[in-house]
Amino acid sequence: MSTPATSAVYDDVVRTDSSLRRFLHGLPGVDQVGCEARAAGLATRSIKTTSKAWAIDLAIRMVDLTTLEGQDTHGKVRALASKAMRPDPADPTCPATAAVCVYPDMVATAKQTLGDSGVHVAAVATAFPSGRAAMDIKLADTRDAVEAGADEIDMVIDRGAFLSGRYLQVFEEIAQVRAACARPDGTSAHLKVIFETGELQTYDNVRRASWLAMMAGGHFIKTSTGKVQPAATLPVTLIMLEAVRDFRDQTGQMVGVKPAGGIKTTKDAIKYLVMVNETCGDDWLDPDWFRFGASTLLNDLLMQRTKMTTGRYSGPDYFTLD
Amino acid sequence: MSFEYAPAPESRAVVDIKPSYGLFINGEFTDGTGTAFKTINPATEEVLAEVAEASDADVDEAVKAARRAYTRVWSRMSGAERAKYLYRIARIIQERGRELAVLESIDNGKPIKESRDVDVPIVAAHFFYYAGWADKLEYSGYGSTPLGVAGQVIPWNFPLLMLAWKIAPALACGNTVVLKPAETTPLTALLFAEICQQADLPPGVVNIVTGAGDTGRAIVSHPDVDKVAFTGSTEVGKAIARTVAGTDKKVTLELGGKAANIVFDDAPVDQAVEGIVNGIFFNQGHVCCAGSRLLVQESIADDLLERLKRRMSTLRMGDPLDKNTDVGAINSGEQLMRIRELSEVGDAEGAERWEVACDLPTKGFWFPPTIFTGVSQAHRIAREEIFGPVLSVLTFRTPSEAIEKANNTPFGLSAGVWTDKGSRILSMANRLRAGVVWANTFNKFDPTSPFGGYKESGYGREGGRHGLEAYLKGADA
Repeated sequence: MSTPATSAVYDDVVRTDSSLRRFLHGLPGVDQVGCEARAAGLATRSIKTTSKAWAIDLAIRMVDLTTLEGQDTHGKVRALASKAMRPDPADPTCPATAAVCVYPDMVATAKQTLGDSGVHVAAVATAFPSGRAAMDIKLADTRDAVEAGADEIDMVIDRGAFLSGRYLQVFEEIAQVRAACARPDGTSAHLKVIFETGELQTYDNVRRASWLAMMAGGHFIKTSTGKVQPAATLPVTLIMLEAVRDFRDQTGQMVGVKPAGGIKTTKDAIKYLVMVNETCGDDWLDPDWFRFGASTLLNDLLMQRTKMTTGRYSGPDYFTLD
Repeated sequence: MSFEYAPAPESRAVVDIKPSYGLFINGEFTDGTGTAFKTINPATEEVLAEVAEASDADVDEAVKAARRAYTRVWSRMSGAERAKYLYRIARIIQERGRELAVLESIDNGKPIKESRDVDVPIVAAHFFYYAGWADKLEYSGYGSTPLGVAGQVIPWNFPLLMLAWKIAPALACGNTVVLKPAETTPLTALLFAEICQQADLPPGVVNIVTGAGDTGRAIVSHPDVDKVAFTGSTEVGKAIARTVAGTDKKVTLELGGKAANIVFDDAPVDQAVEGIVNGIFFNQGHVCCAGSRLLVQESIADDLLERLKRRMSTLRMGDPLDKNTDVGAINSGEQLMRIRELSEVGDAEGAERWEVACDLPTKGFWFPPTIFTGVSQAHRIAREEIFGPVLSVLTFRTPSEAIEKANNTPFGLSAGVWTDKGSRILSMANRLRAGVVWANTFNKFDPTSPFGGYKESGYGREGGRHGLEAYLKGADA
């Protein structure tokens, strides 16, 4: 397969609704049983000692520490941002997380606390989590977050449009949000595209959504909002990893992957890292290309980290709540 | 930095390998009157134990014990009572599962992941399944009259699983058995003998005699054996068929294969790649039903092979007891020689060899996962069973061509079809002359599903209701 620039390759594909549909439906199907068996097989890898210590630090650096509640306050977000910078106050060698993930109205607060620490602010925009709003409102939501200083935008796709087969509409919405991520200085916030895989339901749909989002210019593809069950699962993430791997083969461009929701333990996180390693390889084992959307995961990672360094387990009270 | 997995070896402490083993005859271990041979760990070439080689006289003792147990105890016992013993054996296998898995990996060279997650669970499932049949034989369609004494000879690729396939249905139907495990992998069968003792199985119902070809011949040709069941090479299978010709022994043979794994252009491609890997590299390719001939539709061949090679380069080869090992050791030096020899034939015939780049251990028997492309039907590597981690890749253009090529083999044990189209799966399954056809999967085994071949892959079925036929006299008996 040839590998010219993305735009040239897919211009014809995204010209009409029917050409886009033909392309997406022409992608290789996914056998559900086989896909789930492969994911379960990878989950049996046994990771020990130095590899485990390395994996835990990497996982901490990949966390998008998240609070997305109606009850969020500025105080709560400031606390979360402090924790993101220094997850383990007792141990300065503990790395910071990749980002904090908040609603757009909390971006300025998070940014103020984080300063130039290197920890990014990600904002969920586009009428998160349902995405049920008019397009100009979604774009305004995005611009508002970018103006407030968001480094990353986590948008949701219109699942209704996707499921009723209006792929071109979904494509155009992603492209428009991507354009709305632009800053006056010419740079752009990174765009993560959330599929809500729990609503798309089939692996074929997840694969199609992945290609749609990559062709539309998403920097990351993300499983879930965390508000719908099931959220991230290993097989869904496997399909998305295969998609970004194949996309790079065809275009030379890398796209990141972010499973979000339901990943609570170090053991789970390591299973995901093994899957990244064996599906996409080293290049994706980096916070720039793989993230965990999570809140409770961080404390379990910290507990396991402390266990590895001290040899002792401590209780949850030894780690901060947020 | 890359993600290096540290070694995660399963502990050997759960197994207790004795320096020497005798024969298990009439419920007891005896020294026998023959010589002894050594069994080694194929991953290290370390000698594990000395094992008695059963002489003709020992085999005769074993058959006598089996006959006594048959006439006095086992054939008179109600099916429900026999089932209790089989259930007990199945439960003990589960309880001692780790021990059996570790011993199997040490003696055979297969990865612990396989012996622990595939072999041992299916072994237990087989005993559970046939235990359920023991008191329902009159509904089997084959009557409920046992044959008598079964002489059973099994191979080294799945030592314990093949034992279960042979012993569970035989005992459920009321037969008694004399079983010979392969000379390179006798240890789990001897541990199974201990399990029979632990289950209080009446003496003589199961007899295990170890040895090589001569011992096998003695069992097969023994005049008081009513039934011969063999799994192994086509060559030995033919010899057995000749031996029993003209006698009233019943025979089932499960022999070699050269299965076609057929991938259409609309296949779920990532899962097909997994299926190809599982089809030929599972158990180091020491699988009679292995998908050793990949038939891929020409339009996707390049893309598929690229994906296959990428996937193969993530296979982890090495210490069978490491939980992260995907591909273990070749079972014996002899088998390694044969794999090397046939691979060299592949080179000489002009096929293109590609193998996974990896460091092989210096001790033990190892062969890297290998594929040959540019193979044609006329090549020996497309026709002969290699019985190792070597895949021959051929292409086709239409479904008819795929069928022609797939069926153009003296074997007919298994086949695989990969396509998203349900109707095509059904039409292919009807036209493939193979005992088992897997659709969008490969190498899946279940006690409820019959298994067996066409043509030179043998005759008779094992597993499921069909598996009872081999051990019963028939509905009109």
